Amino acid sequence: MSDLPTGGLPGDVAALADVPADKGEVHLVHLYPREMSIYGDLGNTRCLAARLRWHGYTPVVHDHHPGAPWPSRADLLLGGGGQDSGQVRVQDDLAEHADRLRGLAADGVPMLMICGMYQLLGEAFITVDGRRLPGLGVLDVTTRGNATRMIGPVLLDTDFGPVVGYENHSGSTVLGEGQQPFGRVRHGMGNNGADGTEGARTGNVVGSYLHGPVLPANPGLADGLLAVAARRATGEWAPAEVDDSLAHEAHQRQVRRLLGR
Amino acid sequence: MRLRTTAAIAAGKGTRLLSRLRGGGSALPGLVTERIDPAVLRHTLGSLPRGVVVVSGTNGKTTTTKMLVALLRAHGLRVFTNPTGSNFTRGVISSMLGEVGLRGRLAADVAVVELDEAHALHFVAQVPPTHALLLNVARDQLDRFAEIDHTAGLLTRLGEATTTGVVLNADDSFISRIRDHLQPGVQVRWFGVDPTIADRLPELQEADVRFADAGERPVLGAEDGLLLPGEDGSSVTVRFPGGADVGPVTLRQRGLAAMINATAATTTARALLGPDFSAATAAAALEAVNPPFGRGEVIDAGGTPLELVLVKNPAGFTVALGTYGGEPAATMIAINDNYADGRDVSWLYDVSFGSLRERGVALTSGVRAWDMALRLRYDGVEVGEVETDLDLALDRFLAVHAGHPARIFCTYTAMMHLRRRLADRFGLARFGEDPAA
Ligand SMILES: [Zn+2]
Repeated sequence: MSDLPTGGLPGDVAALADVPADKGEVHLVHLYPREMSIYGDLGNTRCLAARLRWHGYTPVVHDHHPGAPWPSRADLLLGGGGQDSGQVRVQDDLAEHADRLRGLAADGVPMLMICGMYQLLGEAFITVDGRRLPGLGVLDVTTRGNATRMIGPVLLDTDFGPVVGYENHSGSTVLGEGQQPFGRVRHGMGNNGADGTEGARTGNVVGSYLHGPVLPANPGLADGLLAVAARRATGEWAPAEVDDSLAHEAHQRQVRRLLGR
Repeated sequence: MRLRTTAAIAAGKGTRLLSRLRGGGSALPGLVTERIDPAVLRHTLGSLPRGVVVVSGTNGKTTTTKMLVALLRAHGLRVFTNPTGSNFTRGVISSMLGEVGLRGRLAADVAVVELDEAHALHFVAQVPPTHALLLNVARDQLDRFAEIDHTAGLLTRLGEATTTGVVLNADDSFISRIRDHLQPGVQVRWFGVDPTIADRLPELQEADVRFADAGERPVLGAEDGLLLPGEDGSSVTVRFPGGADVGPVTLRQRGLAAMINATAATTTARALLGPDFSAATAAAALEAVNPPFGRGEVIDAGGTPLELVLVKNPAGFTVALGTYGGEPAATMIAINDNYADGRDVSWLYDVSFGSLRERGVALTSGVRAWDMALRLRYDGVEVGEVETDLDLALDRFLAVHAGHPARIFCTYTAMMHLRRRLADRFGLARFGEDPAA
């Protein structure tokens, strides 16, 4: 179930594109789709691949599994949430590629890391019994294991505009000094339920707790990430007209609902 | 029999009568009884001559329980069982009150109880089951139960508490690994699918990523049940290497998931009945079992054959699409996100809707109608109309497709709403009532 093939697009999805795919290839790398994609986060990859095609680009999706060789090319990286056992399974591989990932982040490669992968990209995770597990240190955040889960729908204000999603995490995350959040919470708990921040953003790397999955109902965020990836891959971002009426309705209805209007 | 049990049952029966008169809820009498005698279940069920069988797992509990009850009854056993959805201890007690004497004697040979993974341990703390049938572990409304691994742990503890025999799914390693956690001497029986169709399992099952090794599939022995699908795709044979085949039979509920449930139920019946088991009797019983409420129930909606299909998790929705998606019918999908539906709709992205591409979806409805339409767009499925209001959507759906087969995939509260509306309009069986088996 968590092993849905993300490579390639259904022909009919590609057919929804009004433009030819002549703007070049953009390579998406989904990290650990088996272990770290439990809350529908594969939908983010599916969404980006489809949108690339609708914008006239050719999406190439690489699923990266633990122990496998690193993909030939990576213009954008995605990761999702998993269970504790899933995190344990990917830790060695993540350590193996730590320098590479830090390098890609510093070089400006866009990344969207949700929930468990957001935590793993941070400085450290402190377990309930006090053990400190170091993270990749791409984002200056520290997460503590928590007895209670933070669960429910979320509305944020972000640099990409309002963002809706659904959080479900037991970790409580605190931003380091100077670390920018991904968004400000207007409804929901966010990083820790206390300081009004959600997620973290450094350069083009976005970490967030939002499932939903977050991209389909927030096309502005999706295209924001794609713009960076396409510019890196092809030299420019030349988006086409995409019919986002369904996405906007879905988005707006959640916004109104969560604001109680 | 203890005085306290008698007093508790008397009070419960009184409450049951009162709440029946008021047409009220089903769990209250059980609650009253349990308050007065917390050990009431042990005193009534614990003394049944053929024991207490617990059926649990994420998907297929209701269908499998129904099949197992039918199989045992066909062999002449008197079976106590709990109706669908009442699988808390107090729900079980409530259903028992109608059948138990004041002295706590139940006119039954065996109890077959469907238990939710989350509530199973409360039950086994009261009544250690003699037998357990453990089906599968899948994601189900994770915002409530949080982790698959946690669910696997609950079922493992259920296996640990079982005293005589377990029946385990050989193809689901969350379940098959439970064999290492049983009390000494507990008998293990397996059910599984023929290797020729093993490639269809991933769509029904969750990947177990807890261990580095894939885990060895148990080797099926003489008393274990193997599912062999018929050439025609609609019949199924349950093969016991050490005995006669059951079938081929054609089940009234379609799809591979129902066939797996039938294999599980038949293997369990055979383990319970021993030499009294008859393959012919079993085949006849399986063929007569109707799908439970909401699992492919067909309603006559003023001349339109309307099928209501409950969907509640990715594995379940995928199975439902595989089962019904190929049969031409106008399709509506109704997604709510109330507590009982699971508030997070992320799981819709773990379902592939490609099988709907050819015919499209006439309407999406429910609180998350727009999110559902958006999801379908990402699978290239055309959506005719989006109408969040369930009543309006249903009216329009039936008006446009009058006389043609129609199907609604719906989450729990959407289904309850639609069913109530349909019951009012077309005089269906009283709400919540199971169509007669
Ligand atoms: Zn999460």
